[in-house]
Amino acid sequence: MIKGTFFILLFYLLGEIISLLLNGFIPGSVIGMVLLFLSLLFKIVRPEWLRKTATVITRNMAIFFVPAAVGLVAYVELLSNSLVTIFSAIIISTILTIIVVGLVQQALENKIGAKKK
Amino acid sequence: MNSISEHIRILLSGEVFFLLLTLGSFLLGVFLYKRTKIPLLQPLLVSMIIIIPFLKITGIEYQVFYEKTRLLSFMLGPSVVALGYVLYEQIEYIRGNVISILTSVFVGSLVGILSVVLIAKLFGADRLLTASLAPKSVTTPIAMNLAENTGGVPSLAAVFVVICGLFGGLVGPLILRRIGVKSSIAKGLALGSASHALGTVKAMEMGVLEGAISGLAIGIMGVMTALLIPFVERFF
Repeated sequence: MIKGTFFILLFYLLGEIISLLLNGFIPGSVIGMVLLFLSLLFKIVRPEWLRKTATVITRNMAIFFVPAAVGLVAYVELLSNSLVTIFSAIIISTILTIIVVGLVQQALENKIGAKKK
Repeated sequence: MNSISEHIRILLSGEVFFLLLTLGSFLLGVFLYKRTKIPLLQPLLVSMIIIIPFLKITGIEYQVFYEKTRLLSFMLGPSVVALGYVLYEQIEYIRGNVISILTSVFVGSLVGILSVVLIAKLFGADRLLTASLAPKSVTTPIAMNLAENTGGVPSLAAVFVVICGLFGGLVGPLILRRIGVKSSIAKGLALGSASHALGTVKAMEMGVLEGAISGLAIGIMGVMTALLIPFVERFF
């Protein structure tokens, strides 16, 4: 657990430093995630060092959102005033995303499959 | 001699109490969800439904609650980093499909962000609301971070993410069948890209490959969206 925690925090710090250099263009945690992924891919870091910690943290991720989510308390009015906007935007956009990803992926796979034949 | 009531007052405004309140509400949410299987009873939502009124009634300021539960919020960043490991675990599923997967998630991310921003703007949403809506399809910690970076509100983003996840998980399989998507990779990818972990739950019901690909899609979608939002930000 300590080794895993060490590497996760190390990549988090690296991510934050790079994010700072990029003027916060991408959040440090996302950069840290990509760096960790690449380090595993190129065998700089061993997966067994991280397995336990990473699994425990990501399985129980939702609990970490609670404090920030409770901050909604200050925006109840804004929410109730914009319900139509919020729901229309989310529903239409989600449907579009599902359709686009599904169709594009399937089309590309068929293309590759056809080439192989 | 009011020392006992004084001590109780201090205990009830300390870290231990607020952490217990948070963990307790969350556990209740987990219990309710497992018992009823009602998709709306996400532990995160249940916790909010308990804690928000609690703070209102007791008159405890949100800032105090947030400070005392810092321990939990701190973990948001590390948990995103840890997703890098989860992504790595799924690598074997994408051999030979790397380019097609990256392309379709990229297009999906672009369409998702543009459409949600455009519709919100059509309805006259301000920057605060638009910036909180834009990252709706990515996993909560990344969405909160992205919203905050672009002038939105993390807690609003968290709620929108949950709405988006619930809706996509509910209608996703139906839509995919309607438009004739048969490839397992395409199905898992679509559900994970549009509806993150809640889409993945549905994808896992469809099959192991769908589930694994969907989990992978969460990570790729997070990165793509983080890369794209700064370019779309000027329209917020």
